[in-house]
Amino acid sequence: MLLLCITGLPLIFHEEIDDLLHSQVKAAEVPAGTPQANLDKLLANAMASAPGKVPHFLVWDRDDPNTMFVSVGATITSDPSKNTLIRMDLHTAAFLDAPDFTGRFTYIMLRLHTDMFAGLPGKLFLGLMGILLCVAIISGIVVYAPSMRKLSFGTYRARRTRVVRWLDVHNIAGILLVAWTLVVGFTGVINTWADLVLKLWQFGQLSEMTAQYQDRAVPAKPTSVDAAVKVAAEAVPGMTASFVAFPGTLFSSKSHYAVFLHGDTPLTSRLLKPALIDAETGKLTDTRDMPWYVSTLFISQPLHFGDYGGMPLKIIWAVLDVLTIIILWTGVYLWLRRRKAGVTVERSIAKASAVDNAALTSS
Amino acid sequence: MNSHRATHRTLMQIFAAPLVVAIVSTAGLISALVGDGWWDAVSWTALGVLPLLYLMFIWRRKTS
Repeated sequence: MLLLCITGLPLIFHEEIDDLLHSQVKAAEVPAGTPQANLDKLLANAMASAPGKVPHFLVWDRDDPNTMFVSVGATITSDPSKNTLIRMDLHTAAFLDAPDFTGRFTYIMLRLHTDMFAGLPGKLFLGLMGILLCVAIISGIVVYAPSMRKLSFGTYRARRTRVVRWLDVHNIAGILLVAWTLVVGFTGVINTWADLVLKLWQFGQLSEMTAQYQDRAVPAKPTSVDAAVKVAAEAVPGMTASFVAFPGTLFSSKSHYAVFLHGDTPLTSRLLKPALIDAETGKLTDTRDMPWYVSTLFISQPLHFGDYGGMPLKIIWAVLDVLTIIILWTGVYLWLRRRKAGVTVERSIAKASAVDNAALTSS
Repeated sequence: MNSHRATHRTLMQIFAAPLVVAIVSTAGLISALVGDGWWDAVSWTALGVLPLLYLMFIWRRKTS
Protein backbone atom coordinates (compact mmCIF):
# COMPACT_ATOMS: atom_id res chain seq x y z
CA MET A 1 0.00 0.00 0.00
CA LEU A 2 2.87 2.35 0.83
CA LEU A 3 4.41 1.49 -2.55
CA LEU A 4 1.13 2.38 -4.28
CA CYS A 5 0.83 5.71 -2.45
CA ILE A 6 4.44 6.63 -3.12
CA THR A 7 4.46 5.66 -6.81
CA GLY A 8 1.04 7.25 -7.24
CA LEU A 9 2.30 10.62 -6.07
CA PRO A 10 4.46 11.45 -9.13
CA LEU A 11 1.82 9.92 -11.42
CA ILE A 12 -0.64 12.67 -10.45
CA PHE A 13 1.71 15.07 -12.20
CA HIS A 14 2.92 12.73 -14.97
CA GLU A 15 2.30 15.29 -17.71
CA GLU A 16 4.25 18.03 -15.98
CA ILE A 17 7.10 15.65 -15.07
CA ASP A 18 7.33 14.39 -18.65
CA ASP A 19 7.43 17.98 -19.91
CA LEU A 20 10.21 18.76 -17.48
CA LEU A 21 12.36 15.67 -18.05
CA HIS A 22 11.86 15.03 -21.75
CA SER A 23 11.92 17.46 -24.60
CA GLN A 24 9.21 16.84 -27.12
CA VAL A 25 8.79 18.36 -30.55
CA LYS A 26 5.99 20.86 -30.10
CA ALA A 27 3.08 20.96 -32.51
CA ALA A 28 2.49 24.21 -34.39
CA GLU A 29 0.53 26.79 -32.40
CA VAL A 30 -2.66 27.50 -34.31
CA PRO A 31 -5.58 29.86 -33.64
CA ALA A 32 -8.66 28.24 -32.11
CA GLY A 33 -11.01 26.82 -34.69
CA THR A 34 -8.29 25.78 -37.15
CA PRO A 35 -9.60 22.69 -38.92
CA GLN A 36 -7.84 19.36 -38.47
CA ALA A 37 -5.62 18.06 -41.25
CA ASN A 38 -6.94 15.38 -43.54
CA LEU A 39 -6.48 12.19 -41.54
CA ASP A 40 -5.54 10.15 -44.60
CA LYS A 41 -2.66 12.51 -45.27
CA LEU A 42 -1.67 12.47 -41.59
CA LEU A 43 -1.76 8.67 -41.58
CA ALA A 44 0.33 8.45 -44.79
CA ASN A 45 2.94 10.79 -43.28
CA ALA A 46 3.03 8.74 -40.07
CA MET A 47 3.41 5.44 -41.92
CA ALA A 48 6.22 6.89 -44.04
CA SER A 49 8.19 7.25 -40.79
CA ALA A 50 7.55 3.61 -39.81
CA PRO A 51 8.25 1.42 -42.86
CA GLY A 52 6.94 -2.13 -42.68
CA LYS A 53 4.52 -1.33 -39.81
CA VAL A 54 0.73 -1.23 -39.94
CA PRO A 55 -1.57 1.24 -38.18
CA HIS A 56 -3.67 -0.03 -35.25
CA PHE A 57 -5.15 3.10 -33.73
CA LEU A 58 -5.48 6.84 -34.26
CA VAL A 59 -5.70 8.60 -30.88
CA TRP A 60 -6.51 12.24 -30.28
CA ASP A 61 -4.26 13.56 -27.49
CA ARG A 62 -6.46 14.49 -24.50
CA ASP A 63 -3.79 16.74 -23.06
CA ASP A 64 -2.73 18.57 -26.21
CA PRO A 65 -5.40 19.48 -28.78
CA ASN A 66 -2.70 20.07 -31.42
CA THR A 67 -1.34 16.54 -31.56
CA MET A 68 -2.48 13.06 -32.44
CA PHE A 69 -0.93 9.65 -31.77
CA VAL A 70 -0.72 6.98 -34.42
CA SER A 71 -0.23 3.59 -32.78
CA VAL A 72 1.54 1.17 -35.13
CA GLY A 73 2.39 -2.51 -34.78
CA ALA A 74 4.43 -5.10 -36.67
CA THR A 75 1.31 -6.78 -38.08
CA ILE A 76 -2.41 -6.13 -37.65
CA THR A 77 -2.69 -9.02 -35.18
CA SER A 78 0.46 -8.21 -33.16
CA ASP A 79 0.19 -7.42 -29.43
CA PRO A 80 -0.88 -3.74 -29.23
CA SER A 81 0.91 -3.28 -25.89
CA LYS A 82 4.17 -3.53 -27.89
CA ASN A 83 3.07 -0.83 -30.34
CA THR A 84 5.07 2.27 -31.19
CA LEU A 85 3.35 5.62 -30.70
CA ILE A 86 4.05 8.20 -33.40
CA ARG A 87 3.22 11.82 -32.49
CA MET A 88 1.76 13.84 -35.34
CA ASP A 89 0.74 17.48 -35.72
CA LEU A 90 -3.05 17.39 -35.96
CA HIS A 91 -3.30 20.58 -38.04
CA THR A 92 -0.34 20.34 -40.43
CA ALA A 93 -0.22 16.50 -40.58
CA ALA A 94 3.55 16.75 -40.03
CA PHE A 95 5.56 14.06 -38.23
CA LEU A 96 6.70 15.29 -34.77
CA ASP A 97 8.49 12.38 -33.04
CA ALA A 98 8.15 8.78 -31.89
CA PRO A 99 9.51 8.83 -28.36
CA ASP A 100 10.32 5.65 -26.45
CA PHE A 101 8.17 5.98 -23.34
CA THR A 102 9.42 2.79 -21.69
CA GLY A 103 12.62 4.26 -20.23
CA ARG A 104 10.86 7.20 -18.65
CA PHE A 105 10.59 7.80 -14.91
CA THR A 106 6.81 8.17 -15.17
CA TYR A 107 6.56 4.91 -17.13
CA ILE A 108 8.52 3.01 -14.47
CA MET A 109 6.34 4.54 -11.75
CA LEU A 110 3.23 3.63 -13.74
CA ARG A 111 4.29 0.00 -14.12
CA LEU A 112 5.22 -0.26 -10.42
CA HIS A 113 1.86 1.30 -9.58
CA THR A 114 -0.33 -0.81 -11.90
CA ASP A 115 1.24 -4.26 -12.21
CA MET A 116 4.77 -4.26 -10.69
CA PHE A 117 6.06 -5.32 -14.17
CA ALA A 118 4.10 -8.58 -13.85
CA GLY A 119 1.31 -8.06 -16.38
CA LEU A 120 -2.24 -9.18 -15.64
CA PRO A 121 -1.35 -11.29 -12.55
CA GLY A 122 0.43 -8.25 -11.11
CA LYS A 123 -2.64 -6.11 -11.74
CA LEU A 124 -4.99 -8.60 -10.15
CA PHE A 125 -2.65 -8.94 -7.16
CA LEU A 126 -2.64 -5.18 -6.66
CA GLY A 127 -6.42 -5.23 -7.11
CA LEU A 128 -6.64 -7.72 -4.26
CA MET A 129 -4.41 -5.44 -2.17
CA GLY A 130 -6.83 -2.62 -2.99
CA ILE A 131 -9.78 -4.68 -1.76
CA LEU A 132 -7.87 -5.40 1.46
CA LEU A 133 -7.23 -1.66 1.80
CA CYS A 134 -10.98 -0.98 1.55
CA VAL A 135 -11.63 -3.67 4.17
CA ALA A 136 -8.95 -2.10 6.39
CA ILE A 137 -10.56 1.34 6.02
CA ILE A 138 -13.96 -0.01 7.00
CA SER A 139 -12.52 -1.89 9.97
CA GLY A 140 -10.78 1.39 10.86
CA ILE A 141 -14.18 3.09 11.01
CA VAL A 142 -15.41 0.32 13.32
CA VAL A 143 -12.53 0.61 15.79
CA TYR A 144 -12.73 4.41 15.59
CA ALA A 145 -15.83 4.28 17.77
CA PRO A 146 -14.35 2.67 20.93
CA SER A 147 -11.18 4.76 20.80
CA MET A 148 -13.23 7.96 20.57
CA ARG A 149 -15.70 7.19 23.38
CA LYS A 150 -14.12 9.70 25.71
CA LEU A 151 -12.68 12.11 23.18
CA SER A 152 -14.24 14.84 21.07
CA PHE A 153 -13.82 14.97 17.29
CA GLY A 154 -10.32 15.99 16.23
CA THR A 155 -8.68 15.61 19.63
CA TYR A 156 -4.88 15.66 19.46
CA ARG A 157 -3.11 14.95 22.75
CA ALA A 158 0.13 16.77 21.96
CA ARG A 159 1.72 16.37 25.39
CA ARG A 160 1.43 12.61 25.55
CA THR A 161 3.81 9.84 24.48
CA ARG A 162 4.36 8.96 20.87
CA VAL A 163 1.93 6.04 20.78
CA VAL A 164 -0.90 8.32 21.96
CA ARG A 165 0.02 11.16 19.61
CA TRP A 166 0.32 8.84 16.65
CA LEU A 167 -2.96 7.16 17.46
CA ASP A 168 -4.57 10.61 17.44
CA VAL A 169 -2.87 11.50 14.13
CA HIS A 170 -4.03 8.18 12.69
CA ASN A 171 -7.59 8.76 13.89
CA ILE A 172 -7.83 12.41 12.80
CA ALA A 173 -6.36 11.93 9.32
CA GLY A 174 -8.08 8.58 8.84
CA ILE A 175 -11.57 9.79 9.70
CA LEU A 176 -11.18 13.02 7.68
CA LEU A 177 -10.03 11.19 4.56
CA VAL A 178 -12.31 8.17 4.85
CA ALA A 179 -14.51 9.03 1.85
CA TRP A 180 -11.58 10.01 -0.35
CA THR A 181 -9.45 6.94 0.46
CA LEU A 182 -12.42 4.62 -0.07
CA VAL A 183 -13.23 6.20 -3.45
CA VAL A 184 -9.61 6.27 -4.66
CA GLY A 185 -9.01 2.76 -3.30
CA PHE A 186 -12.10 1.21 -4.81
CA THR A 187 -11.81 2.96 -8.20
CA GLY A 188 -8.20 1.76 -8.23
CA VAL A 189 -9.46 -1.80 -7.77
CA ILE A 190 -11.89 -1.32 -10.67
CA ASN A 191 -9.01 -0.07 -12.83
CA THR A 192 -7.11 -3.31 -12.24
CA TRP A 193 -10.00 -5.09 -13.94
CA ALA A 194 -9.71 -2.91 -17.09
CA ASP A 195 -8.24 -5.71 -19.24
CA LEU A 196 -10.99 -8.10 -18.18
CA VAL A 197 -13.72 -5.52 -18.75
CA LEU A 198 -12.47 -4.86 -22.28
CA LYS A 199 -12.35 -8.61 -22.99
CA LEU A 200 -15.93 -8.87 -21.74
CA TRP A 201 -16.94 -6.03 -24.05
CA GLN A 202 -15.20 -7.62 -27.04
CA PHE A 203 -16.96 -10.92 -26.56
CA GLY A 204 -20.25 -9.23 -25.64
CA GLN A 205 -21.34 -6.04 -27.34
CA LEU A 206 -18.61 -5.83 -29.99
CA SER A 207 -19.16 -9.38 -31.23
CA GLU A 208 -22.93 -8.72 -31.31
CA MET A 209 -22.40 -5.59 -33.40
CA THR A 210 -20.07 -7.38 -35.83
CA ALA A 211 -21.63 -10.89 -35.86
CA GLN A 212 -22.89 -10.69 -39.44
CA TYR A 213 -19.47 -9.62 -40.73
CA GLN A 214 -17.34 -12.19 -38.98
CA ASP A 215 -16.51 -14.18 -42.13
CA ARG A 216 -15.08 -11.16 -43.91
CA ALA A 217 -11.34 -10.66 -44.30
CA VAL A 218 -9.41 -7.46 -43.63
CA PRO A 219 -9.99 -5.33 -46.76
CA ALA A 220 -6.92 -4.98 -48.97
CA LYS A 221 -7.83 -1.41 -49.84
CA PRO A 222 -9.86 0.07 -46.98
CA THR A 223 -11.88 3.23 -47.55
CA SER A 224 -10.72 6.66 -46.30
CA VAL A 225 -10.31 6.88 -42.53
CA ASP A 226 -10.92 10.64 -42.73
CA ALA A 227 -14.30 10.01 -44.33
CA ALA A 228 -15.08 7.30 -41.74
CA VAL A 229 -14.52 9.74 -38.87
CA LYS A 230 -16.74 12.34 -40.59
CA VAL A 231 -19.52 9.78 -41.11
CA ALA A 232 -19.30 8.75 -37.44
CA ALA A 233 -19.35 12.35 -36.18
CA GLU A 234 -22.45 13.08 -38.27
CA ALA A 235 -24.19 9.94 -37.05
CA VAL A 236 -23.67 10.86 -33.39
CA PRO A 237 -24.31 14.60 -33.08
CA GLY A 238 -22.73 16.47 -30.16
CA MET A 239 -19.85 14.03 -29.75
CA THR A 240 -16.29 14.20 -31.03
CA ALA A 241 -13.87 11.47 -32.00
CA SER A 242 -11.55 10.15 -29.31
CA PHE A 243 -9.85 7.31 -31.13
CA VAL A 244 -10.19 5.10 -34.18
CA ALA A 245 -9.49 1.36 -34.21
CA PHE A 246 -8.46 0.03 -37.61
CA PRO A 247 -10.04 -3.08 -39.20
CA GLY A 248 -8.58 -6.26 -37.71
CA THR A 249 -7.53 -4.78 -34.35
CA LEU A 250 -8.82 -5.82 -30.93
CA PHE A 251 -11.40 -3.05 -30.76
CA SER A 252 -13.06 -3.62 -34.13
CA SER A 253 -14.13 -6.26 -36.60
CA LYS A 254 -11.94 -7.37 -39.50
CA SER A 255 -13.73 -5.09 -41.93
CA HIS A 256 -14.77 -2.03 -39.91
CA TYR A 257 -13.28 1.15 -38.65
CA ALA A 258 -14.46 1.54 -35.05
CA VAL A 259 -14.67 5.25 -34.27
CA PHE A 260 -15.00 5.90 -30.53
CA LEU A 261 -16.64 9.23 -29.71
CA HIS A 262 -16.88 11.17 -26.48
CA GLY A 263 -19.04 14.01 -25.13
CA ASP A 264 -17.93 17.44 -23.97
CA THR A 265 -18.60 17.67 -20.22
CA PRO A 266 -16.05 16.33 -17.71
CA LEU A 267 -18.29 13.29 -17.18
CA THR A 268 -19.41 12.56 -20.75
CA SER A 269 -15.90 13.16 -22.10
CA ARG A 270 -14.94 9.98 -20.23
CA LEU A 271 -17.75 7.89 -21.69
CA LEU A 272 -17.02 6.48 -25.13
CA LYS A 273 -19.52 5.49 -27.77
CA PRO A 274 -18.41 3.27 -30.64
CA ALA A 275 -19.60 3.81 -34.22
CA LEU A 276 -18.74 1.08 -36.70
CA ILE A 277 -17.97 2.21 -40.25
CA ASP A 278 -17.73 -0.43 -42.96
CA ALA A 279 -14.21 -0.15 -44.40
CA GLU A 280 -15.38 -1.53 -47.75
CA THR A 281 -18.30 0.80 -48.36
CA GLY A 282 -17.57 3.70 -45.99
CA LYS A 283 -21.09 3.46 -44.53
CA LEU A 284 -22.16 3.44 -40.88
CA THR A 285 -23.39 -0.02 -39.85
CA ASP A 286 -24.04 0.35 -36.10
CA THR A 287 -23.55 2.63 -33.12
CA ARG A 288 -24.46 1.88 -29.51
CA ASP A 289 -23.85 3.17 -26.00
CA MET A 290 -21.37 1.02 -24.17
CA PRO A 291 -22.70 -1.35 -21.49
CA TRP A 292 -22.75 -0.35 -17.81
CA TYR A 293 -19.64 -2.29 -16.86
CA VAL A 294 -17.52 -0.37 -19.39
CA SER A 295 -19.07 2.96 -18.32
CA THR A 296 -18.28 2.11 -14.69
CA LEU A 297 -14.64 1.57 -15.66
CA PHE A 298 -14.51 4.87 -17.57
CA ILE A 299 -16.05 6.86 -14.69
CA SER A 300 -13.77 5.26 -12.13
CA GLN A 301 -10.66 6.39 -14.01
CA PRO A 302 -10.85 10.15 -13.28
CA LEU A 303 -11.95 9.45 -9.70
CA HIS A 304 -8.74 7.48 -9.21
CA PHE A 305 -6.36 9.78 -11.12
CA GLY A 306 -7.74 13.13 -9.86
CA ASP A 307 -7.20 14.65 -13.30
CA TYR A 308 -10.69 16.05 -13.77
CA GLY A 309 -10.59 19.39 -12.00
CA GLY A 310 -7.52 21.23 -13.22
CA MET A 311 -4.22 21.80 -11.44
CA PRO A 312 -5.78 22.74 -8.04
CA LEU A 313 -7.47 19.35 -7.84
CA LYS A 314 -4.19 17.59 -8.72
CA ILE A 315 -2.44 19.46 -5.88
CA ILE A 316 -5.23 18.53 -3.44
CA TRP A 317 -4.93 14.93 -4.66
CA ALA A 318 -1.19 15.00 -3.89
CA VAL A 319 -1.73 16.49 -0.40
CA LEU A 320 -4.38 13.87 0.40
CA ASP A 321 -2.00 11.18 -0.88
CA VAL A 322 0.70 12.41 1.52
CA LEU A 323 -1.84 12.33 4.37
CA THR A 324 -2.71 8.76 3.36
CA ILE A 325 0.98 7.85 3.60
CA ILE A 326 0.92 9.30 7.14
CA ILE A 327 -2.17 7.22 7.98
CA LEU A 328 -0.47 4.06 6.68
CA TRP A 329 2.79 4.84 8.48
CA THR A 330 1.16 5.54 11.84
CA GLY A 331 -1.08 2.51 11.31
CA VAL A 332 1.93 0.23 10.81
CA TYR A 333 3.57 1.75 13.88
CA LEU A 334 0.52 1.19 16.06
CA TRP A 335 0.19 -2.38 14.81
CA LEU A 336 3.88 -3.20 15.46
CA ARG A 337 3.66 -1.58 18.85
CA ARG A 338 0.70 -3.74 19.70
CA ARG A 339 2.47 -6.90 18.51
CA LYS A 340 5.60 -6.11 20.44
CA ALA A 341 3.73 -5.45 23.62
CA GLY A 342 1.47 -8.46 23.12
CA VAL A 343 -1.40 -6.32 24.36
CA THR A 344 -3.95 -4.06 22.74
CA VAL A 345 -3.15 -0.51 21.75
CA GLU A 346 -5.61 0.64 24.38
CA ARG A 347 -3.71 -1.26 27.04
CA SER A 348 -0.33 0.14 26.00
CA ILE A 349 -1.87 3.59 25.87
CA ALA A 350 -3.20 3.14 29.38
CA LYS A 351 0.27 2.07 30.47
CA ALA A 352 1.89 4.99 28.66
CA SER A 353 -0.53 7.47 30.16
CA ALA A 354 0.14 6.08 33.63
CA VAL A 355 3.82 6.80 33.03
CA ASP A 356 2.88 10.24 31.70
CA ASN A 357 0.80 11.00 34.76
CA ALA A 358 3.54 9.81 37.05
CA ALA A 359 6.01 12.04 35.25
CA LEU A 360 3.63 14.97 35.45
CA THR A 361 2.89 14.59 39.16
CA SER A 362 6.53 14.09 40.14
CA SER A 363 7.74 17.19 38.30
CA MET B 1 -8.83 15.42 35.60
CA ASN B 2 -10.57 12.29 34.41
CA SER B 3 -14.03 13.33 35.53
CA HIS B 4 -15.11 15.21 32.38
CA ARG B 5 -13.71 12.54 30.07
CA ALA B 6 -15.39 9.67 31.87
CA THR B 7 -18.77 10.37 30.28
CA HIS B 8 -19.09 8.04 27.32
CA ARG B 9 -20.25 9.51 24.05
CA THR B 10 -22.90 7.75 22.04
CA LEU B 11 -22.31 6.40 18.54
CA MET B 12 -24.36 9.32 17.19
CA GLN B 13 -22.10 11.82 18.91
CA ILE B 14 -18.97 10.06 17.74
CA PHE B 15 -19.98 9.76 14.10
CA ALA B 16 -21.95 12.99 13.54
CA ALA B 17 -18.92 15.08 12.54
CA PRO B 18 -17.26 12.31 10.45
CA LEU B 19 -20.56 11.82 8.61
CA VAL B 20 -20.73 15.52 7.68
CA VAL B 21 -17.08 15.37 6.52
CA ALA B 22 -17.78 12.27 4.43
CA ILE B 23 -20.85 13.82 2.78
CA VAL B 24 -19.01 17.07 1.98
CA SER B 25 -16.00 15.24 0.52
CA THR B 26 -18.22 12.95 -1.55
CA ALA B 27 -19.96 16.04 -2.94
CA GLY B 28 -16.52 17.44 -3.73
CA LEU B 29 -15.49 14.27 -5.52
CA ILE B 30 -18.61 14.35 -7.69
CA SER B 31 -18.96 18.06 -8.44
CA ALA B 32 -15.84 18.36 -10.62
CA LEU B 33 -17.17 15.46 -12.70
CA VAL B 34 -20.45 17.23 -13.33
CA GLY B 35 -19.13 20.46 -14.81
CA ASP B 36 -16.29 22.95 -15.12
CA GLY B 37 -15.80 26.41 -13.63
CA TRP B 38 -17.88 26.75 -10.48
CA TRP B 39 -18.26 22.99 -10.19
CA ASP B 40 -14.46 22.68 -10.05
CA ALA B 41 -14.27 25.41 -7.41
CA VAL B 42 -16.81 23.56 -5.23
CA SER B 43 -14.68 20.44 -5.55
CA TRP B 44 -11.46 22.27 -4.60
CA THR B 45 -13.13 23.79 -1.54
CA ALA B 46 -14.80 20.60 -0.35
CA LEU B 47 -11.67 18.47 -0.69
CA GLY B 48 -9.16 21.19 0.16
CA VAL B 49 -10.81 21.69 3.55
CA LEU B 50 -9.68 18.19 4.63
CA PRO B 51 -5.94 18.91 4.94
CA LEU B 52 -6.76 22.30 6.46
CA LEU B 53 -8.90 20.65 9.16
CA TYR B 54 -6.09 18.19 9.81
CA LEU B 55 -3.54 20.97 10.32
CA MET B 56 -5.99 22.93 12.46
CA PHE B 57 -6.53 19.98 14.81
CA ILE B 58 -2.80 19.28 15.14
CA TRP B 59 -1.82 22.93 15.69
CA ARG B 60 -4.67 23.84 18.01
CA ARG B 61 -3.56 21.24 20.54
CA LYS B 62 0.11 22.05 20.20
CA THR B 63 -0.29 25.71 21.07
CA SER B 64 -2.87 25.26 23.83
